[in-house]
Amino acid sequence: MSYSTTVQELIDQLGRLPGIGPKSAQRVAFHLLKAPSEDALRLSRAIIDAKERVSFCSRCFNLSEGGDECAICLDSRRETRMVCVVEDSQDIVAIERTQEFRGRYHVLQGAFSPIDGVGVEQLRVKELMSRVADEDIEEIIVATNPNLEGEATAALLVKYLKPMGVRVSRIASGLPVGGDLEYADELTLGRALEGRTVLDTGNDSQP
Amino acid sequence: MALYRDHAVVLRTWKLGEADRIVSLHTHDHGKVRGVAKGVRRTKSKFGARLEPLSHVTIQLYRGKGDLDTITQVETVDRFVSLRSDPDRFARAQALLEAVDQVAQDREPDPELHVMLVRGLRTLDQSDAPLVVAAFFLKLLDHEGVMPELEACVSCGEDNPIVAFDPIEGGVLCRDCRRGRPITPEALETLRRILGGGLAGVLAEPVASHTGEVDILATLLMEHHLERRLRAVAVLDQTQY
Ligand SMILES: [Zn+2]
Ligand SMILES: [Zn+2]
Repeated sequence: MSYSTTVQELIDQLGRLPGIGPKSAQRVAFHLLKAPSEDALRLSRAIIDAKERVSFCSRCFNLSEGGDECAICLDSRRETRMVCVVEDSQDIVAIERTQEFRGRYHVLQGAFSPIDGVGVEQLRVKELMSRVADEDIEEIIVATNPNLEGEATAALLVKYLKPMGVRVSRIASGLPVGGDLEYADELTLGRALEGRTVLDTGNDSQP
Repeated sequence: MALYRDHAVVLRTWKLGEADRIVSLHTHDHGKVRGVAKGVRRTKSKFGARLEPLSHVTIQLYRGKGDLDTITQVETVDRFVSLRSDPDRFARAQALLEAVDQVAQDREPDPELHVMLVRGLRTLDQSDAPLVVAAFFLKLLDHEGVMPELEACVSCGEDNPIVAFDPIEGGVLCRDCRRGRPITPEALETLRRILGGGLAGVLAEPVASHTGEVDILATLLMEHHLERRLRAVAVLDQTQY
């Protein structure tokens, strides 16, 4: 059987969302059609409001509500000399939760993945270079994911930022807190060894 | 034979649900296979980072009823450290994976292709030879049975001097029949050596004036055969300056 064009259009539009296949699109469409009108209207209004009020920060490409710049860039108490580079806005939420970082951010809006057609032009790398040139930035902290694409993204940033004479650091990656050494795979353990921290320099001879 | 072991290179991965991944593999004995790695995105997963693209692994899979096999064990064979830490080599390695992903057929054994891919990645990892990708594309076309004509003009067959190259015609052209794009004698000679037993010598050469030309010609041939653009090559062009 085929649906009326109105219903089919709803299914098609839902099916274009990430992670929603044709079956799921159908299920969601019928859920919406059976739901009270005010529920469906609330959803459509939430989408319209978000699209109208939320944009990308002109400085860091984080989500920004009702302004040119995001709340973090506008916050005068934030340290402007440190910029933490992340793949997506969701990562800012995760880092803010730690309450360990008081600087600003830069969102690349993706990770280096040539096989998916994502290279330096698809990421916000030129914008980051302009910020390094124009703002008084002393350190770039690369906080991309500790996976293949995230590591390659970090290497790509180093290649482009090195000639600019800015300090570039990478968040440590390694063993999950609460895990056992014997269960770690060799790549994770290898990265943990590379990114080891000094506990004692051994230079103090005083007891 | 529900449970089987094989050598494999991880071509691509996709997220599945909350914690799993679908992993596309090119295996030695089972062709291209897609498997599910359960719980791989949890930090305590025993698979850890072993199933990232570019990994060369030995793997055990369980073949159920569906399209997706279940990955039960993985051990690393090659880590390809240099391919992960150098953005240019990373993009070039992904160009090899993309081409193999396009050419390989699901569950059709092609041990030669698997060996070619592993060798290509090892060469890139160890030496970063300028023409690895071009040579790999040409060898891959040869393997597919679509080697370009590089000796006589494809149009008239005469032994006239060669001046042009056309991927649509599938080879080189003389002055009278010229179509496609011009080709320099150096680039032509390099193409002939790659396909005529001189591969090792070509790979040992440093970047020369015709390196870029050979790269472009090999990519044109590959893309013509695949009938689509290679995304990794487009990305590679952005980063080279
Ligand atoms: Zn901002
Ligand atoms: Zn001719």
